[in-house]
Amino acid sequence: MQELITRAKELLADGTVARVLGWKAGDLEYNPQPAFFTNEKELEEFVYNGFCGANLSKYMIEASKLEGKTLICLKPCDSYSFQQLMKEHRIDREKAYIIGVGCKGKLDIDRIKANGLKGVTGVTGAELTDDCEELCVTTLYGDKKIPYADGMLERCSVCKGKEHMICDEQIGESKDTKTGERFAKVAAVEEMSSAEKFAFFQKELSKCIRCNACRNVCPACSCRKCVFDSTKFDSAQKANVDSFEEKMFHIIRAFHVAGRCTDCGECSRVCPQGIPLHLFNRKFIKDINELYGEYQAGADIEAKAPLTSYVFEDVEPSVVAERSKS
Amino acid sequence: MSINNNSEFKPKIVAFCCNWCSYAGADLAGSSRLTYPADVKIIRVPCSCRVNPMFILRAFEKGADGVILCGCHPGDCHYTSGNFYARRRMTLLFSMLDYIGVENGRTRVEWVSAAEGVKFSATMNSFVEKIYSLGKNVRLEDLRCKN
Repeated sequence: MQELITRAKELLADGTVARVLGWKAGDLEYNPQPAFFTNEKELEEFVYNGFCGANLSKYMIEASKLEGKTLICLKPCDSYSFQQLMKEHRIDREKAYIIGVGCKGKLDIDRIKANGLKGVTGVTGAELTDDCEELCVTTLYGDKKIPYADGMLERCSVCKGKEHMICDEQIGESKDTKTGERFAKVAAVEEMSSAEKFAFFQKELSKCIRCNACRNVCPACSCRKCVFDSTKFDSAQKANVDSFEEKMFHIIRAFHVAGRCTDCGECSRVCPQGIPLHLFNRKFIKDINELYGEYQAGADIEAKAPLTSYVFEDVEPSVVAERSKS
Repeated sequence: MSINNNSEFKPKIVAFCCNWCSYAGADLAGSSRLTYPADVKIIRVPCSCRVNPMFILRAFEKGADGVILCGCHPGDCHYTSGNFYARRRMTLLFSMLDYIGVENGRTRVEWVSAAEGVKFSATMNSFVEKIYSLGKNVRLEDLRCKN
């Protein structure tokens, strides 16, 4: 982390960048928040540790409109989102100086607490320089050590890889954290009967309080005017006291980002109700991979997006029925 | 889902038909005196590609038991490529609907040209029959919280 701060100070000092986009300590030790830094003094607050899960690429949309370059710190998975936004012409590559930061897996405080820990006051062992094998959790009832993997975000256990898709320089080492199969849970839901599927999603989605956090954090949800903020919703109007968008919110949102979602997992990370929203996005990714060929949004800036291209020999929609029988 | 074998069951079926092929196909079915069940409500759209996935969600939310989309055969689209895009979109949407518990038998895409009145009538007959066998749909409007 010190290396990162020193480098940021250097770049600020020589005028390469006008501001730094990174993370600073939040109100609690385990929730750092995205922040802009414009001078050396502010940079003292800069943090980068295992809790810096936030994907900064979306902030670059606003930063692209500002004068001068912005230094942006991207984790390997964030670089997919960054590249996808570049592809959609939402951010300006010329306005960004990218430091690819290493990642040893990001932590989820709720998962740490799920290890039977109460009164957590601090967590150590999650710095970039640590080897990230073990976490030391300080609680009101004494210290406890847990394996690092037991506190990790779900998305890190199915990591896409620790290679930066785009960056100007790299700082910090990464460590492979992949332990599971990315589509395992999606496949498990697919195996259920229709009634079970409906009950499963009804149970999960009923927790939703429509805080819109998933939409606000999503790098793919970058429309200037979101359909959910419109007074003239495409097929329902708010003035008509219609609850269509309330009920279908998650499905509509998942479809809007289908083919563009990089599976960065931010939606599930920020959900205050713990809804596994990535299951919708991954379902679309799985289908696209199976039906139209392997496609990873943000990996290749030249690749054709699956929903805005076609070939004559595409499968017919009846394939859905055929697949579920086999 | 809860299959209700009540003889009272009258399904609500929405058919989106493209103006250039399938709607003309439905017209031909009518003028050829071919019959199809009255449970099918046809909505005319300029192109199969006009059908926003939200329309289909909307239909199900409003209590439809089945939704069928008819368009020109691939390669014959009046706007050259609309149905190709619709085909990919609908494949993904139907797969998603199946994933959240709406059986895939309730959704269908069929390519019907303006000359295929017989195919239109046969398609509608078989689709309605399928919906009768599946019975009442899940209440998609209850997906987020039961009313």
